[in-house]
Amino acid sequence: MSSAAKRRRRALIYQLLTVAVLAAALTVLVRNTAQNLRLRGIPSGFDFLFQGAGFDIGDSLIAVAAGAPYWQALLVGLVNTLRVALPAIVLTTLLGTALGLGRLSRNFLLRSFCGAYVEAFRNIPLLLQLLAWYFVLTDLLPPMEDAWRAGEAIFLSKSGLAFPVPVVQGGKWMLDLPRREGLGISGGGTLTPEFLAVLLGLVFYSAAYFAETVRAGFNAVPLAQKQAAATLGLTRSQALVSVTLPQALRLIMPPATNQYLSLIKNSSLAIAVGYPDLVSVANTTLNQTGRAVECVSLIMLVYLCLSLATSLLMHWFERRMAWR
Amino acid sequence: MAIARKTVVAGPTSLAWWRENLFPDRGNSLLTLLIVAALVWGLSRIFDWALISAQFRPDAEACRALAHAGACWGVIAEKHVQILFGRYPYEEMWRPLTATLLLLALLALTFLRPRGRLAAAWVLAAAVVLTLMGGGLFGLSQVGPERWGGLPLTLLLSLGGMAGALPLGVLLALGRRSELPAVRAVASIYIELVRGVPLVSLLFLASFLLPLFLPQGMGLGVLARVLIGLILFAAAYLAEVVRGGLQAVSETQRLAAAALGLGYWQTQRWVILPQALHLALPALMNSFIATIKETSVVTVVSLYELTGALSLALSGDADWRPFFLEGYLFIAAIYWLICFSLSRASLRFETRAIPLAR
Repeated sequence: MSSAAKRRRRALIYQLLTVAVLAAALTVLVRNTAQNLRLRGIPSGFDFLFQGAGFDIGDSLIAVAAGAPYWQALLVGLVNTLRVALPAIVLTTLLGTALGLGRLSRNFLLRSFCGAYVEAFRNIPLLLQLLAWYFVLTDLLPPMEDAWRAGEAIFLSKSGLAFPVPVVQGGKWMLDLPRREGLGISGGGTLTPEFLAVLLGLVFYSAAYFAETVRAGFNAVPLAQKQAAATLGLTRSQALVSVTLPQALRLIMPPATNQYLSLIKNSSLAIAVGYPDLVSVANTTLNQTGRAVECVSLIMLVYLCLSLATSLLMHWFERRMAWR
Repeated sequence: MAIARKTVVAGPTSLAWWRENLFPDRGNSLLTLLIVAALVWGLSRIFDWALISAQFRPDAEACRALAHAGACWGVIAEKHVQILFGRYPYEEMWRPLTATLLLLALLALTFLRPRGRLAAAWVLAAAVVLTLMGGGLFGLSQVGPERWGGLPLTLLLSLGGMAGALPLGVLLALGRRSELPAVRAVASIYIELVRGVPLVSLLFLASFLLPLFLPQGMGLGVLARVLIGLILFAAAYLAEVVRGGLQAVSETQRLAAAALGLGYWQTQRWVILPQALHLALPALMNSFIATIKETSVVTVVSLYELTGALSLALSGDADWRPFFLEGYLFIAAIYWLICFSLSRASLRFETRAIPLAR
């Protein structure tokens, strides 16, 4: 037999072996699981999704009646995940870009301040930051009757942030203003302290990483480009907008995508402060129904889809950027 | 054509430095003054809160009287043992303390003077630390892992997670670069799958599903299960880091090894991996730092490492519960010191070569 044929045969054997070992391991796992579930009397399957959930979710965009089926509760959880992750992505991008540009500033103090921010926030676990924000928002802020007030109709207290929202009333757009009523505040829109804690924690933590990405992107644009822009007589800001930025942006996009992905995944830490995101609702569902396999795989599947969707969206955006 | 280069200015001792870095133009001068004003105001407030008006004695009455106008460091003075060591039996505290100091010392030694038989030292240290924590030998009373907590648990989880994830990560990285399609597919699917889901879901898997996966009658403690979850998670990220290192090793190295007649595993073991791991060292350090921070998440599945131990120590105590913020700042300082030192140490790796292959 020739040596090439020998190699081919060996390659085939190795691959068959890999597949066989994997298949055997999976079979054992599935058999063990089936047996364990039977012995513990835990039913399996996704039929529980259509049973009534024994809990309701206080903080949600879509109104869900108490006792609504589990799938609706989980959907509310997913919406809540997106409701906190998307604004967090926008704010992280803004704050991170500001900090990253600040680190490149000619001004020594601004440069040092932004550097200190980055080192401070990325070396402390996100979970700890979330918990600290939550404590500050729920324990150190004044109670509702002494809420801090900014302007006419923005209130901040232990019970969250109340702010005006536009509503349609009698065919006309109106502002629904929150106002003091007795000991509480009614009307307007509110953001719960749980939501705010997750949002602030995610933004302040992720922005530190985003700033480094922005800085690296701008640093990677060759110095000659800036010099060429100066030779053409462009001012500093013109050079930034039409020479440096477009090139830096292309370098920043791929790592930024990764950071958006980890931000979405990190939003799962919401469970620690009781914000009803997908993981948190799935965890409650798991505890009530005992369907561990189903709930954990549901969480994983949803996050995989979210990750995939984000990647696709960013790749599409990158391609569009490249054409211009 | 010569392009004028910016003059390099020595440092804050020269007047030119001040002009260039603080007052280059009108806008920047204004900014400098604004920042100075904000810093003076902010730092004096923080200084006052943290030191001048602060209460350092473990006196809950005096702390409440401050009404958060000053920090109550008394909460640390009162609760530091529970915060640092969790629910470990009080009279045996010297054991987790010794274990923690040993681990921190060996960590410092590894990164400051990486020479000698470090691998052997780590194996020995692991044995000593586990014996100290668990007991049951040499007349030490037995303390089950469910009572371990605080800083030693954080260190054990991150070091154990890293030690377990690195071999798995190397295998996955080799698998992903393999010429065999089936092997490549398995490694790629695993890596992408795990990197697509949050750590919490893997910890759920470890704590709810692992007991179901195991055969009847074979139980695993919560610590072992959580460690497995951490390892499975970190391995996927390490695999990508190692793959980066593998890709940076020149193809001629493989050809040279082939010319010497080395087989696949010999080539990887003696030629490719030592270079790849060396190249990947800074990125590996970043993963280690990330793992240390990620261990805080195990609180979600009821294991009381540093973050969990703090909640355990304060939430049940009405006297000290209002001073959680000081507690958070205390453990944040510990995490920060460890992570920041490690990131500085990794900068040394980027500038200095360390002999890995003998």
